[in-house]
Amino acid sequence: GKTMVKPPDQLDLSEAELKEEFTRILTANNPHAPQNIVRYSFKERSYKQISSVDQLAIHFVLEGNLLHKDSDEARRQRARDGIPEDGAEDAGDTEEGAGEERPDSLEISLGKKERKLTNQFNFSERASQTMNNPMRERECQTEPPPRGKFSATANQWEIYDAYVEERRKQEKVKEKQKVLSSKKEEDKGKKKLQLVENQSDDITKVAKVAKIIERMVTQNTFDDIAQDFKYFEDASDEFRDQEGTLLPLWKFQHDKAKRLSVTALCWNQKYKDLFAVGLGSYEFTRQGQGMLLFYSLKNATFPEYIFSTMSGVMCLDIHKQLSYLVAVGFYDGCVAIYNLKEQGPQPVYRSTARSGKHTDPVWQVKWQKDDTDNNHNFFSVSSDGRVVSWTLVKVLGGTLRLSLDLYLKPFLSCGTSLDFHKQIDYLFLVGTEEGKIHKCSKSYSSQFLETYVAHNMAVDAVKWNHFHPKVFMSCSSDWTVKIWDHTIKSPVFTFDLNAAVGDVAWSPYSATVFAAVTTDGKVHVFDLHINKYEAICQQAVVAKKTKLTHIEFNPAYPIIIVGDDRGYVTSLKLSPNLRKKPKEKKGQELPKGPEVEVAKMEKLLSLLREPETVPQD
Amino acid sequence: MLEETLKRIQAHKGVIGTIVVNAEGIPIRTTLDSSTTVQYAGLLHQLTMKARSTVRDIDPQNDLTFLRIRSKKHEIMVAPDKEYLLIVIQNPSE
Repeated sequence: GKTMVKPPDQLDLSEAELKEEFTRILTANNPHAPQNIVRYSFKERSYKQISSVDQLAIHFVLEGNLLHKDSDEARRQRARDGIPEDGAEDAGDTEEGAGEERPDSLEISLGKKERKLTNQFNFSERASQTMNNPMRERECQTEPPPRGKFSATANQWEIYDAYVEERRKQEKVKEKQKVLSSKKEEDKGKKKLQLVENQSDDITKVAKVAKIIERMVTQNTFDDIAQDFKYFEDASDEFRDQEGTLLPLWKFQHDKAKRLSVTALCWNQKYKDLFAVGLGSYEFTRQGQGMLLFYSLKNATFPEYIFSTMSGVMCLDIHKQLSYLVAVGFYDGCVAIYNLKEQGPQPVYRSTARSGKHTDPVWQVKWQKDDTDNNHNFFSVSSDGRVVSWTLVKVLGGTLRLSLDLYLKPFLSCGTSLDFHKQIDYLFLVGTEEGKIHKCSKSYSSQFLETYVAHNMAVDAVKWNHFHPKVFMSCSSDWTVKIWDHTIKSPVFTFDLNAAVGDVAWSPYSATVFAAVTTDGKVHVFDLHINKYEAICQQAVVAKKTKLTHIEFNPAYPIIIVGDDRGYVTSLKLSPNLRKKPKEKKGQELPKGPEVEVAKMEKLLSLLREPETVPQD
Repeated sequence: MLEETLKRIQAHKGVIGTIVVNAEGIPIRTTLDSSTTVQYAGLLHQLTMKARSTVRDIDPQNDLTFLRIRSKKHEIMVAPDKEYLLIVIQNPSE
């Protein structure tokens, strides 16, 4: 507020007094100057007041010490110091300074005017400090580029790899140039896919390596078996006269196959440790699903490939050259081809009711050589009395289809086994349920070349000899194994094995060695060269009450695999006595090759033939 | 398929542990405890690189398939791949 506030100690004046005017005058008089200075005047002998008083007020006095250079005092000073009256004043200044600081300087003592000597030892700096700008820090930090550690070695193989990579790139460029532009887009699409795969931390790439590890681990566990397989030779064979033994090696079993019987076995010709097992059931009442398994000797614990099938597998065959193609015959009469290179669980081709499948179980399939159009083909035999040839034909779309070349046979009986001659392509044998064996030719589809009354029961297997072109063998549930010369109507050898014979197989290394399996769980090995009447080995290889169903010799190693009706496959090693090569006389070279085998067999046969037949080789 | 294989390997008789190591030496999968895994992975990775280098130096067209180290107590098996390394420790005599 603008109200006036009266301080408490203000002088109280009356109204009139307040209005009184006071005059203030600005004068040049010194207020401090006395106004009544009195001086004694001797003239009048009294004190008299001075008329004017000095009004000067001095506020500030400073006495300087500058002298004019021409004044007396200045001259006197200069003389005292000994400097010329005129001259460089700068030098004079420095000299003066020097003189003042160092009284023992020569100049001063002499007092003469001498030439100035530059002082090397004693000089004074004239420095002046300029105004220093205050320092200020200015920082800027960029984001550091991402770093990665890189280390590499320059090796022979690094260089090699680089060259290989370069070469591959060049080839790709060449390929691209050949392909049309529309297809180039496809390639790009594929490339994108590949890129994505490479970037992700894809653990599925370890699959191949995991397989190797599994084999190594298995090898460790079954180390003794692996060693036996490779190196063990039964030394006691020397003492055993002519007999031999079978050493059990790995046993292959799969959980899901426990209730099934082994219905087919086949070795792969290219990878001699890989074999196929077909699983199904021989019982009419117990038909269900089947399986196709591939095992490798390198890993006995788990199959390499597993295929489940709707119907039981009854037979299979692996193509001799293209060992990834497997032909399979089923209980329901279908045939199918599996391609092991493909990923899927389904067969690549399958016969259907339309394409003319069999109406009864297929008992045997066999691959044949490619026909004139380079199509793959195979034969199958079935209980419905037909022997059928299937061909993979290229249909107009480029896809392949199983097509049927029907082979009509006028016989009423049901075929149970089939085998083609090893050297003569068109010649084959069919065994029937009634025990007859028919020799047929591909070119004569309506007639048999020959019929042999072989057995009393169904012929379970017929097999041509690997070496001798005339010899084949058959086995049956009537407990017998018979060996034939196809030019002779009656068997050359007959063996009674005391139990139904499931399968026979010739050995791939000798024309006179063969093996048979029976339902009492025994394997019988014969060598006709050594003993014409008895087996040189009879051994039970499975538990009691297990029937053995199939047997196969390995093409390279001295082992056999045996399948039984519990789904197990047992591998056995043949002891040296079972693998005997004929001893040659000293000094003669040991002849090798199939001719020797043929000669061996021929020798045996000739003993049994009538005297007027062909002379010995 | 791979999972089953690895499970089978782990369940196999005598197998103590399985480790999958990537190209940089970092374990991506293991059945052992962390410190042991890291130790095995680091050491075996270096050894495998050295072994592979040796094999390829002698013949660049060749490559290492697997490496086995058998010691008194157990056996270490290493199978290298282009990008991965699979290590299995097994006690073979069990």
